[in-house]
This record gives sequence, C-alpha cells and structure tokens, in this order.
Amino acid sequence: MRINLASIHVDDQQKALRFYTEVLGFRKKTDIPMGEHSWLTVVSPEEPEGVELVLEPSDHPAVRPYKEALVADGIPFTSFAVADVQAEFDRLTKLGVTFTQEPASMGLVTTAVLDDTCGNLIQLAAMNDAVA
Amino acid sequence: MGDVFKALADPTRRAILDELQERNGQTLFEVCTRLISRHGLTSSRQAVSQHLDVLEAAGLVRTRREGRYKFHDLDTSPLRAITDRWQLPTD
Repeated sequence: MRINLASIHVDDQQKALRFYTEVLGFRKKTDIPMGEHSWLTVVSPEEPEGVELVLEPSDHPAVRPYKEALVADGIPFTSFAVADVQAEFDRLTKLGVTFTQEPASMGLVTTAVLDDTCGNLIQLAAMNDAVA
Repeated sequence: MGDVFKALADPTRRAILDELQERNGQTLFEVCTRLISRHGLTSSRQAVSQHLDVLEAAGLVRTRREGRYKFHDLDTSPLRAITDRWQLPTD
C-alpha cells in the first residue's frame, strides 16, 4: 500500500488549475471530464511521478462551512515544501498572492501561509538550516 | 473593560503579547504556532482562543476581520493605567 494522492476542495476547478499551475508552478497531470466536474490532478515539476494533488470540487454542503471556519482562524488545509520560504513569499507576492502569515521562523521550520483563491489557506514550509 | 491586571497575570497571555509585539496582525493559527514552537507552550487552540478573549476584554488585543480572515493586533494603551497610577521615575 502507498499514498499516491492528496486532495483539496476547491471552489472552482478551472480557477484552481490556473492558480496551482500558473502561480504556484505545479503541472497538470490528469484531467478527465466526469459530468459537471473533472478528475483533475496536478504534480510538482520537481517530482513528476510523485504524489498528485487532486483539485476536488467543493460542492458538498458540508465543505463550505468547514473551509470557512479554517480560513477564519488562519489554519492551512495543507502544506507544501519549498527550498526558501522568503524567496517564495517574494515571488508570489509579486504575482498578487495574499499571505495571511508572512515568513516566520517556528523552531525547526520557517513557514508562511497563503490564500489559494479557491477557499483554502496553504502553508509553505522549509526546514531551517541546522546551526553547526 | 476587563481587568488589565488579571489579563497580564498569566504567563501564556504575556507570551501572546510578546509575539504580537514582534508582529501585529496574526491569525489564531499563527499565535498558536508561535506559542508551541518558540515558547514550548502546548495550550490547545481552544485555550489560546480563550486567552485572546481575555486579552481583548482588557483592551490589550484588538481583532479585525479582513475579508474571510480574522487578525489579532496588540494595543498597549491600557498599560497607561498602570503608570498613571504608579508613576515612572522622572529621570
């Protein structure tokens, strides 16, 4: 058994695809029409055969209040690994991305939290260099 | 207004004020993460939320809604009541 997928509920699949590819920099992996929605996944170009992120429609009535409650308290739905949080913050801010938490060192990691424009907050995290 | 002295009497609440002084405008998530990672405080999110309520009632923290997010800001002006009552040395 292995984990090959992670999923996130997005308010609008096409808008999400644009954000996750054109802004964050992931690549579309699968796009299979399934009625009103699609089976839509993206992967990191750093790991094209790695875990796929499913951009899943959030049309179930339970999803919206759940997402809204997380966002109100600033809680990220998931976290992506980056090499340099500050560099990503600078790059993404220039592209118009909103951050609810600017880069901050949190013990072993540096983190920041951004809005994916599709109803979720996403954490970016990088391990801090060990002090010799 | 709640009691400033009572609000300041708790070490977790003082740590929250320290963190907000370093950076204003934190979400509940950021406050919780800072308390855990920088102070080793393992209060539950609910407990931190209650601490923020006490600080807000004392006027030491103000909350602001910006779109769908809620941010917390430090407001030190209630501390003036302390130095008004017991004045600082003049030199």
